[in-house]
Amino acid sequence: MDILDVFSWSLIPLTIRLAIPITLAAIGGTFSERSGVINIGLEGMMLMGAFGGVYGTYLSGNPWVGVFTALIMGALIGGIHAILSVKFKANQVVIGVGINILAMGFTTVMTRAIWGTEGMSSQVKGIQEITIPLLNKIPVIGGIFTKQTPYLYLTFLIIFVGWYLMYKTKIGLRLRAIGDNPKAAKTAGVSIEKYRYFFVTLSGILSGLGGAYLSLVQNNLFVQNMTAGRGFIALAANIFGGWNPLGSFFASMIFAFAQAIRFNMFEVNIPNQFIQILPYLATLIILVGFSRKTRAPEALGEIDE
Amino acid sequence: MGESPLNAYMALFKGAFGSVTGLANTLTEAIPLIFSGLAVALAFQCGLFNIGVEGQLYIGAFVSTIIALKLAVWPTLILLPVVIIGGMMAGMVWGGLPGLLKAKFGTHEVIVTVMLNYIAIFFTSYLVNYPFKAEGWVAQTKVIPEGAFLQKIIPRTHLTSGLYLAIGMAILVYFFLWKTSSGFEIRAVGENPHAAQSGGISIAKNITLAMALSGGLASLAGIVQVLGIYHRFIDNFSPGYGFTGIAVAVLGRNHPIGVTLTALLFGALNSGALRMDRITNISSNMVVLIQGLVILFVAAPEIIGSLLTGKKDV
Repeated sequence: MDILDVFSWSLIPLTIRLAIPITLAAIGGTFSERSGVINIGLEGMMLMGAFGGVYGTYLSGNPWVGVFTALIMGALIGGIHAILSVKFKANQVVIGVGINILAMGFTTVMTRAIWGTEGMSSQVKGIQEITIPLLNKIPVIGGIFTKQTPYLYLTFLIIFVGWYLMYKTKIGLRLRAIGDNPKAAKTAGVSIEKYRYFFVTLSGILSGLGGAYLSLVQNNLFVQNMTAGRGFIALAANIFGGWNPLGSFFASMIFAFAQAIRFNMFEVNIPNQFIQILPYLATLIILVGFSRKTRAPEALGEIDE
Repeated sequence: MGESPLNAYMALFKGAFGSVTGLANTLTEAIPLIFSGLAVALAFQCGLFNIGVEGQLYIGAFVSTIIALKLAVWPTLILLPVVIIGGMMAGMVWGGLPGLLKAKFGTHEVIVTVMLNYIAIFFTSYLVNYPFKAEGWVAQTKVIPEGAFLQKIIPRTHLTSGLYLAIGMAILVYFFLWKTSSGFEIRAVGENPHAAQSGGISIAKNITLAMALSGGLASLAGIVQVLGIYHRFIDNFSPGYGFTGIAVAVLGRNHPIGVTLTALLFGALNSGALRMDRITNISSNMVVLIQGLVILFVAAPEIIGSLLTGKKDV
């Protein structure tokens, strides 16, 4: 196999598919951190979503009920993050770490309790792929409309709505103000607490949605720790994307692209580990190469009394 | 789950403290967590979040293994320190890199350490699967010479002199951070970088130094496992000591004493869990769940008060 065969048009749909779960969690992180709450817990929130997706599907036989369950579980765990950080003013990094560990333990224990197996659930019905006629005939981008799940279009909608909300609405303006200068926002009469409750919970919902994609689209079952660091990658994508829903998406795409190349390289005669390193190394090099000082929301992580 | 909670807790408790072996297991499980917890805590004291402990411990463990294999004929008295310090230096370089990148380019240390984790784990995996693989099916190196073993403190257990090293390092970190001027500078940058800079303290220098030292401590978490338990480098040997180290550090309030006590608590939970898993039908991951809950409750101690009184405002 020629090394150049690694780059083919099939990379585009593959990249998008791999980017979906990361993008969703990254936008969740964007909302949470724009409201001033550091969110290290994206990983655990995704994991809860992945589990909830399979459990809901297992009970009902319908993967969309599974997705709904994932949203509920994401909202619950996001809500816990919100209550602890807003009401109890706990250290946000600590909360995130606690949520990741809690989610890891909870999903593994429940997997054994429900399915009686260690580390893996039974197979459930996954979400069906659809092909949109006519649009799938367009050259180059036709792949985006071929054998994709409705998740893809949902993700694009969330990216757009997220961007619009943040930069074109009063709510977005206030959200950004809260993240940068909560005192001024407060003086202007904005309820910081209400915003934080809402957007941190939303970060759980979006991460849960992303997690359910992993279990219901890519695997059709739940596997212990199946997020495998994607929540942290999402956190990185959010930071690299400049705390912006669009930026989060593009950063997720860069990472997903490096991951997609990996799939095409299995036939090249290189030790597997080097291929696996690729997305991480590429992200790192791009990051240092661009070396721009991304500007965090100024009051990120501050606990106001 | 159809299992009496009392039975489960009894099994957990007996596994952790019920016998000399149980107690030794608890201490053995605590050792790597003391190191990884100290590593995260030291970085936190400088305002840095080192999620990269997991990768740093792999790098340290691997380099120590290779040094031990190459210098096999050296006498213990020289070999053991060289092996440990060599591994630590590798960990310092691997950990210092994100510090340097942050100081020079402003690259966020969280992203860099996350990426470096994967790179370290896959790279050592390559090394132990190809150039340094021992004969046989398992991806592991040859056994290191006995001169590089950490000696057992209690026979027929896995408890080694790594315990002394861990406690010594906790004391050393305490003295460094609170009794030396370098330690003061690191904490000053962590407290308020702008004020520290106005006071003539270099942010760049201290960020790099703190991350390098953190990486050195992190590497010890891997080195003690190689020298004390496995006596070789095994592919993917760490069950996430680096990530648990984050929990240990935050629960221990980033203080060496707190870190040591928390590591002991987690060690007890881990060793108890193994017994519980054997005796009852409950997954050993139950303790992971408990750890998560403990962290959340410790993060917000007022929860308990508010649950008890049912008050709305805290």
